[in-house]
Amino acid sequence: MCDKLVIGDKQLDSRLFVGTGKYSNDALIPEIIEKSGAQVITVALRRIDFESQTDNILNYIPKHVQLLPNTSGARNAKEAIRIARLARAAGCGNWIKIEVISDNKYLLPDGVETIKATEVLASEGFVVLPYISPDLMIAKKLVEAGAAAVMPLGAPIGTNRGLKTKELLRILIDEIPLPVIVDAGIGKPSDACEAMEMGAAACLLNTAIASARDPVMMAAAFGEAIRAGRKAYLAGLGSTAKYARASSPLTGFLDEMAE
Amino acid sequence: MTIVLNGKKEVLEQQKSIRDLLISKNIDPNTVVVEYNGDIVKREEWANIFLNEDDVLEVVRFVGGG
Repeated sequence: MCDKLVIGDKQLDSRLFVGTGKYSNDALIPEIIEKSGAQVITVALRRIDFESQTDNILNYIPKHVQLLPNTSGARNAKEAIRIARLARAAGCGNWIKIEVISDNKYLLPDGVETIKATEVLASEGFVVLPYISPDLMIAKKLVEAGAAAVMPLGAPIGTNRGLKTKELLRILIDEIPLPVIVDAGIGKPSDACEAMEMGAAACLLNTAIASARDPVMMAAAFGEAIRAGRKAYLAGLGSTAKYARASSPLTGFLDEMAE
Repeated sequence: MTIVLNGKKEVLEQQKSIRDLLISKNIDPNTVVVEYNGDIVKREEWANIFLNEDDVLEVVRFVGGG
């Protein structure tokens, strides 16, 4: 069956996006990407520390995947735009995850600044994937601003708490004519599966994989959960009922008296 | 001569190109992006740009992130 996720000029078979932060050892990343099946991989951009240089993260990311740099560290649209341009100059494509955050406690995104940055970067030819709170009006304005997808949070970044924003996610999935990619907060494969059953286009995972006892095995588990949830969505879930509805025939019981 | 390199003052004994500065810091030029006085400059230009007093240089690269 042909069920591609189309974003920008890319057709993706995998609906799992994977982040590369917080691993105890970056050398795990190639196997995590392989076992998860992910085709979109996020990275951040930072100043080089000349005193303590680390390995180049790109050495651990296979060339065939789509790199999705984020603008983490940006506190307003101007800083996000600057980071996006630097990321594109690295020569790894024109995708950008806009992340504008000035709230250090919950790391919730600034929707207004995110819209401003999206307008500018989309007009410069970027494929823009903004990280947002699941707010319908912000999402609608991002559609107008030229976003390629929207990435609402399930719960605050790094909390592993699951789909706390479920009802608002459902509204975005219903109303927004762009891929809705659940980003942040997903803690368990069952959370990701549920998001996909609801009709999310994809999920972005980082902490839940990186903080697992066995990150490689957890990456595989998320890959399977997302495929299962997507299949269930395409198959169409049955309706729910208040009272029992027997699955076996209610006729032909052994003790019944024949009429 | 003093420049500002990634937010810190850096004293250069002699005038250097961006490329030579990176090499003297053991940076592989193919792995970084450079912003010179607020403008992104292409890798091919790094050998031709010589740093002057009070220049501001940002040298960045990708790291793990979500």
